[in-house]
Amino acid sequence: MSAQERADREPTTAGPAARLHIVTGKGGTGKTTVAASLALALAGEGRRTLLVEVEGRQGIAQLFEVEPLPYEERKIAVAPGGGEVYALAIDPELALLDYLDMFYKLGRAGRALKKIGAIDFATTVAPGLRDVLLTGKVCEAVRRKDNAGWRAYDAVVMDAPPTGRIARFLNVNDEVAGLARFGPIYNQAQAVMRVLKSSETAVHLVTLLEEMPVQETVDGVAELRAAGLPVGAVLINMLRSVVLDDMAVASAGDGNRRAAIAKALSQAGLGGARRGGYAERLVDPLLEQAREHAERVVLERQERAEIAALALPTYELELLGDGVDLGGLYRLAESLRKQGFAREDTR
Amino acid sequence: MSWEAPVLEINPLLDDPKTRIIVCCGSGGVGKTTTAAALGVRAAERGRRAVVLTIDPARRLAQSMGLTHLDNTPRKVAGIDESAGGELHAMMLDMKRTFDEIVEQHADPARAQAILDNPFYQSLSAGFAGTQEYMAMEKLGQLRARDEWDLIIVDTPPSRSALDFLDAPKRLGSFLDGKFIKMLLAPAKAGRRAGMAFLNVGMSMMTGALSKVVGAHLLQDVQTFVAAMDTMFGGFRMRADATYRLLQASGTAFLVVATPERDALREASYFVQRLAAEDMPLAGLVLNRVHGSGAAELTTERALAAAEALEELEFAEAANGTDAANRLEGDESEEESDGELSTPLPSRLMESPGNLPHRGIVHRASEKPILEPPAESLAAGLLRLHAERMQVVARERRTRDRFAAVHPDVPVAEVAALPSDVHDLDGLRMVGERLAEGQPTAA
Repeated sequence: MSAQERADREPTTAGPAARLHIVTGKGGTGKTTVAASLALALAGEGRRTLLVEVEGRQGIAQLFEVEPLPYEERKIAVAPGGGEVYALAIDPELALLDYLDMFYKLGRAGRALKKIGAIDFATTVAPGLRDVLLTGKVCEAVRRKDNAGWRAYDAVVMDAPPTGRIARFLNVNDEVAGLARFGPIYNQAQAVMRVLKSSETAVHLVTLLEEMPVQETVDGVAELRAAGLPVGAVLINMLRSVVLDDMAVASAGDGNRRAAIAKALSQAGLGGARRGGYAERLVDPLLEQAREHAERVVLERQERAEIAALALPTYELELLGDGVDLGGLYRLAESLRKQGFAREDTR
Repeated sequence: MSWEAPVLEINPLLDDPKTRIIVCCGSGGVGKTTTAAALGVRAAERGRRAVVLTIDPARRLAQSMGLTHLDNTPRKVAGIDESAGGELHAMMLDMKRTFDEIVEQHADPARAQAILDNPFYQSLSAGFAGTQEYMAMEKLGQLRARDEWDLIIVDTPPSRSALDFLDAPKRLGSFLDGKFIKMLLAPAKAGRRAGMAFLNVGMSMMTGALSKVVGAHLLQDVQTFVAAMDTMFGGFRMRADATYRLLQASGTAFLVVATPERDALREASYFVQRLAAEDMPLAGLVLNRVHGSGAAELTTERALAAAEALEELEFAEAANGTDAANRLEGDESEEESDGELSTPLPSRLMESPGNLPHRGIVHRASEKPILEPPAESLAAGLLRLHAERMQVVARERRTRDRFAAVHPDVPVAEVAALPSDVHDLDGLRMVGERLAEGQPTAA
C-alpha cells in the first residue's frame, strides 16, 4: 500500500484525522519553528506536506536556510524516510490577483486594478477580505487533488498569526459578514469556514512554560472554542531540563551544608574548600543560580497545571541550547514523531 | 572576543527635562510593555510627571498599574513614591474609541453618525492592520497637545514586525488620501466636468470589476463612507504628518527593545536602520532577559568535568558500600560522560508533580525518598546547572556581539533576566533598577 493510499484511507473509528494543522502562539514562543517541525514530522514515510506562511515574514526561508520564498509552492526539505516538505509564502495581493484571474479572467484589468491601488486597498484595508484570501488559498491546497484523484498534500501546516488574533483571523465568516452579506466573497468565506470548522482541521497552540504565554494559550483556547473552531494540541516549546528541584536547592542553601558542598567542589578539583579558597568562593554564586533555577521549576509546575486543566493533548519540545538551525528542526521533528504526533495523524 | 557597545544611561535620559517622549518599540514578546511601565515608574519616582500609554498589556501587568479596563483616558497610578515631586499616570489604548472620537470631533453630529453606522467604517476601525498603530500615534499627539505631562512613554502595538509602527500610519494616510479613494469619489465629482468623461469610463469598468469580486453593496458602503469622510481626509493626513514630525523632534527618544535572541535582534537591527533613514532620534537598545553568572570564570567544560568527577566518586563510594544509607544507589549515579547535559526531559519527571517534594535530586530519582541528598550530588547538580547557564551566556553573547559589530554606535542597556514575570510595582521598580544599571548584575 502506498503512502498515498494510507493517507487517504478513512479511519474506522473517530472522525477523519486532521490534515490542516494551524499553528498559533504568543509572539516569541517559536511558532514558526514548531510549525516547521510539524511539517517535517508529518512528512514521514514518504508523505508530502505543505508548510504555509501568511504574514510575509519569510520566517520559513530563514529557518530552512534557503532563499526567500516566492509566491509558489516549492520543495524545501526532504524528511527522513523519503517524505517531502513543500513551502509557500502567501502574498495577499498576489492571492487576490490569482483569485480574480481564476474566477473572472481579469488579466489586464487585474493589473490595472493593482496600478491604481485597488488591490492594495482591498487586501490591506478590508481586513476580512485579506484573511479570506489567505485562508482560502490554504484550504484550496488542503482539498487539491491531482488528475488521478490523489491528494496533492497529505497534510498542510499553517504558520498562522499569533494567539491574540487567531480566532478572528480564522473566523472569516464573521469578519466579512459586516462587509459582504452575499456575493462571491461571501460564498468564498462560507466555503473556507466549512473546511476550518471540520474535523479535518486542528488549531494547535504553542506556548512556553511561562506565565504570559500560558495565559494567552488559555484565553486563546476559550476563544477558539467559543468560535466553534477545532482546537488541536498544546505544544510546549523551549522546555529546559530540571537539574535540581526546589527541595534540593533548599537543602543545599542550608548553612551547615555549605561547607560540605565546598568540600565536594574541592574534591572535584576546583580549588580550596577553606574560607577564601576557590571552591568556597564558588558556593555562593552557584547557589544563587540554583535558587533562580528552583524558582523557575516551581513556576513551571504551576504553568504545567494550568495547561493540564485544558485537557488537550500536549507535546513537548526541548530548548535547543545553541538556537534552532536545520539540524535542530530535524531533532524537534523526530521528537514530535516519538511523542506520537504524526502517529495520531495516520491513525 | 567581545565588542563593547557604549552603555545606554537610563537615568540621565529620564531626568533630562528636555526628554518629552520615549517610544519603546521592538518585535513581539520582548518585554516592550514591561519596559515602558518600568520606565514610567522610575521616571515618576525620580520627579517626572509621566504618563505611560500602553497598547495591549498583559492582564496582571495592567492591574499592577491600576488599569482594570479600557477607558482611553489616563488614570493616576496609586502606590508611586511621589516624594520627589513626580507622579505617574497610565492608560490603555482603545483604538476603536479613539477613531470614533476623531470622527465625532471633526464632523457635524448627523454626518458623524452616518460614518459611525457605516459597516465599512466599523470594519476599518476595529480591524484594519494599521489602525492600531495609527491610533497609537493619534493618541500620542493628543496627549502631547494637552501638555499636562512632562514625559510621555509610549509602548507600541504588538505588530508582526517592529517596522509596522512606522509604516502603518503612512499606509492608512496614503489610503485615505490615495488615488483609489479619489477615483471612488470621482463619479460624483467628475460628472460636473465634461473633460473627465474618459476617466469615468475607466472608472466604471474598474468598479464593475471590483463589485463583481466584493459585491456591489460593499463598494457602495465604501463609497458612502468615503464621501462622508471626505472633509476629514485633509485632517487625517495633517495630523499624521504632525505626529511624524513630533517623533523626529529632539525631545523624542526611541528605545529599541529586544532580547538576546537571533530573531529579536534581527528585527532590532532593521528598526535601527529604519530610524536612521527616517531621521528619528534613537536613544539606544534595551536588551531584556540577559543572563550572567557570578562564577563566569568557571567554564562550561570545566564545570561539566568536575560534575562528572563527583558523580564517579560517588559511584565508587557507593560500590564500596560506604555510608550507603544516605546515598543514591550506585547505578543511578552513573552519568553518561559524553559531555552533554544528559538530564531527561522533565516530562517524565513532572508527570505527577505531587510526588516531587521528597526527592532531593530529580534526575535519577530513587524510589526511596531521600531527604538529604549527599553533598557530592548537590555539588554535581550545581555544576551542571552552571554549565547550562554558561552555555546560555555564551550564546547570548554571540548574538549580542553580532548586533554590536553592525551597530557599534548604538548604546545598549542590558537588563538581567528575572526568574519570573513582573506583575506589581515592586517588580517594575526592580526592572527599572536593572535598566539603570545598564549591565547585568552578577547572578
